[in-house]
Amino acid sequence: MTIIEADSEESVADIIKQGNTLEIAGSGSKLGLGRPVTASNRLSLRGLSGITLYEPAELVLSAKAATPLAEIEAILAERHQALAFEPPDLSRLLGTTANHQTIGGIVATNLSGPRRCVAGGVRDHVLGLRAVNGRGEIFRAGGRVVKNVTGYDLCKLLTGSYGTMAVFTEITLKVLPAPETEESLVLAGLDEKAAVGVMCQAMGSSAGISGAAWVPHQGMPPLTVLRLEGFGPSVEARRQRLLTRLALHAPADLWTEDKSRSFWRDVRDVIPLAGQPDRAVWKISLTPPQAPDLLGKLAALPGSQAFLDWGGALLWLSLPCGADAQAHAVRALLPIGAHAMLMVAPAAIRTEQPVFQPQPPAQMAIENRVRQSFDPDQRLNPGRMTQ
Amino acid sequence: MRMPDPDQKAIARRHELIDRLRRIVPGEGVIVDHDALAAYDCDALSAYRQRPLAAVLPETVAQVADILRLCRDLGIKVVPRGGGTSLSGGSLPVADGIILAMGRFNKIVSVDLDNRSARVQPGVTNLAISKAVEASGFYYAPDPSSQIACSIGGNVSENAGGVHCLKYGMTSNNVLGLEIVTIDGEVLRLGGDGMDQTGLDMLGLLVGAEGLLAVVTEVTVRLLPKPETQRAALIGFPSNRSAADAVAAIIAAGIIPAAMEMMDRPAIQFTEDFVHAGYPLTVEALLIVELDGPAVEVDDLLARIEKIAEECGSETLTVSRTEAERLTFWAGRKAAFPAVGRVARDYMTMDGTIPRAQLPDVLDHIAELSDHYGLRVANVFHAGDGNLHPLIMFDASLPGQLEAAEKFGADILRKCVAVGGVLTGEHGVGIEKRDLMGEQFSEIDLAQQRRLKDVFDPQGLFNPGKVFPLLHRCIEGGHQMVSAGANYAFADLPRF
Repeated sequence: MTIIEADSEESVADIIKQGNTLEIAGSGSKLGLGRPVTASNRLSLRGLSGITLYEPAELVLSAKAATPLAEIEAILAERHQALAFEPPDLSRLLGTTANHQTIGGIVATNLSGPRRCVAGGVRDHVLGLRAVNGRGEIFRAGGRVVKNVTGYDLCKLLTGSYGTMAVFTEITLKVLPAPETEESLVLAGLDEKAAVGVMCQAMGSSAGISGAAWVPHQGMPPLTVLRLEGFGPSVEARRQRLLTRLALHAPADLWTEDKSRSFWRDVRDVIPLAGQPDRAVWKISLTPPQAPDLLGKLAALPGSQAFLDWGGALLWLSLPCGADAQAHAVRALLPIGAHAMLMVAPAAIRTEQPVFQPQPPAQMAIENRVRQSFDPDQRLNPGRMTQ
Repeated sequence: MRMPDPDQKAIARRHELIDRLRRIVPGEGVIVDHDALAAYDCDALSAYRQRPLAAVLPETVAQVADILRLCRDLGIKVVPRGGGTSLSGGSLPVADGIILAMGRFNKIVSVDLDNRSARVQPGVTNLAISKAVEASGFYYAPDPSSQIACSIGGNVSENAGGVHCLKYGMTSNNVLGLEIVTIDGEVLRLGGDGMDQTGLDMLGLLVGAEGLLAVVTEVTVRLLPKPETQRAALIGFPSNRSAADAVAAIIAAGIIPAAMEMMDRPAIQFTEDFVHAGYPLTVEALLIVELDGPAVEVDDLLARIEKIAEECGSETLTVSRTEAERLTFWAGRKAAFPAVGRVARDYMTMDGTIPRAQLPDVLDHIAELSDHYGLRVANVFHAGDGNLHPLIMFDASLPGQLEAAEKFGADILRKCVAVGGVLTGEHGVGIEKRDLMGEQFSEIDLAQQRRLKDVFDPQGLFNPGKVFPLLHRCIEGGHQMVSAGANYAFADLPRF
């Protein structure tokens, strides 16, 4: 595969107009996510890097697509701001270079961290995009202001489209003040049912939880962890409220800022399931009330490990890979409305098994037509999302 | 405001259409009487009116699917309608089409408090959702001023906002799933009850599509726990500029209030006369800043905000002491539009959004335009997110005033786009801003959007004449079109 480097939006357009099929890459940290692409060339966007606008008082930042996320997070941190969707770094899980990903990759894959359960996902923070479609046409979507309903919301449609409709060249994001402090309340030893009950109660209270996870540890009692973030006095008041709500007189443990931060970084980056050879990892989206039953069924699959994030609305699952990443077994167990994405498996399996949850034919048909309306000749990341 | 020329063949088939509609929706669900149809002539953009061929009020999803298939087969246009409160003409009928009124879809299907979600039918009003879960300590966050009357289906189609979007986002950030029916009568579920979707974010595309792609038959909304405390501050300033400075400074200090609204002197005067909310009449600009959360946080932030306001030159500051007082503060703001309606025979509401830092300059520009056109204006807006609502006052019975008001409004929106903003922050494009789309988008941008329309509705039957500048001839979207770009030489010529 030939690698073609683009150094400007115009060069991206010119390269696409040549008509070859292209695999799209920023830093390449997520090439192993989704179905493997069969393309004649790789389009590298590394040359499209740099923050083009940052106005802290406007809560807005624009950056070229292959700007390292670390660069963006560093400049935001200087002004006590952050990306509220808490983008994960899945390098340990995917076996790639740490701290290497780009903002374009995060937006293309719509990957959000623990705070997603209250702050929204990547899709909720993309204000504007510049991009090149499969025709080689440069277009823009959205803008740079937070409130905008002018025309179709292409920003949401393109976020999470895995580079299959358009190549992003510049992204404008809503940024928010970073929480002044955080702490976590830790309850040890709850089984999945009790844990989900606690998380639902906490999430439904006015305590303003910004993270709720259940993480079993081998040989140790599982931990149910509830995060509180914000202004110092507020965090303290909400902790009291939470304790009252949960009818607890004292938590099993209270983690202060550093320990809390390190735990949630690990949950965000799926560290509990990372670094194990010959295993498949699934990301399952469901409702919290569905989680205990599914966890129970999954536990019957030999060698499975799982934990819950997003208050029980996200289930991470790891199991021995086998011949098909156990796709049939996993998907057969899913409750109504839940869906499973295969996040880690050898390329051969990701080619044969649907990586994304299969959808009803009428829905697939319309999605394919939507994709074709951007990229009629399927030049961009062909096959990344569907066969 | 020009609409596409009616299809005379469609009008000629009215009797056949009505006959077949009655076979789908029995009883009184098909309205054809000329006088009875008057109720559907317009929405809240009442300067524009049109009687539809008929109005049909289905009760089941199967009926909706049958109606749409029938309309597709007969080539009849369909204008979906919820509460009819659109401010951009989103449910303005067409002479050669029907109104698909979703008012009978008025049930809350289920509430799942553990998942903090509710499934509701599209005709349920925005406020009814919050009322239904109030006793359990929950609410639905987006709160357009019309929330007592507007339907959640309409909110979804317009991606409605409200005063609390600053902290809680728009409709699109608070909807988890939709059931839609396409023009082919296919029933699809987009999103669901969970947080992530699989495949493309079709949910994101459908929210805010202004009824051009499909009909919404069920909505799954996110519910939020009610905050422990809510308090509002009224802060008066000697100038629009100093109030705008305070808005920027509050955000820059890392504070995201639940709402941050601004009113200028005329707006303060008109609303105070109408509602007696206790607004100071000596100031040039008023901010309503609402904080919510634990009492200790609210108190702490109010103290910080008071200090910032003083540094920006505030002249008055009152903090609500009781819930009744807080609601009174809001009563003025929420009645601002009707308050202007009392003093002006007609008024037009603009809805551009601009970067916050541009607020003072854009307000100055609006004042200059007001002098230029000889029309008064009052400004009431969502300052925290830069979403302006200039209310242009005019008298449509005087020759030339409607046209002058339209031009005034268009000039404001052009200015919004020129300073990095957008044409509409929450009201939708509808018919009102349709012809200005070329100010914000290139031909390529618009062609890309039109192709999406073609994916869902190749015959162009859903809500015609809205959102996109009208095509010159009956040609397929995207292949050839008249430029509505800023360089268009005869921008005032009708294009059809």
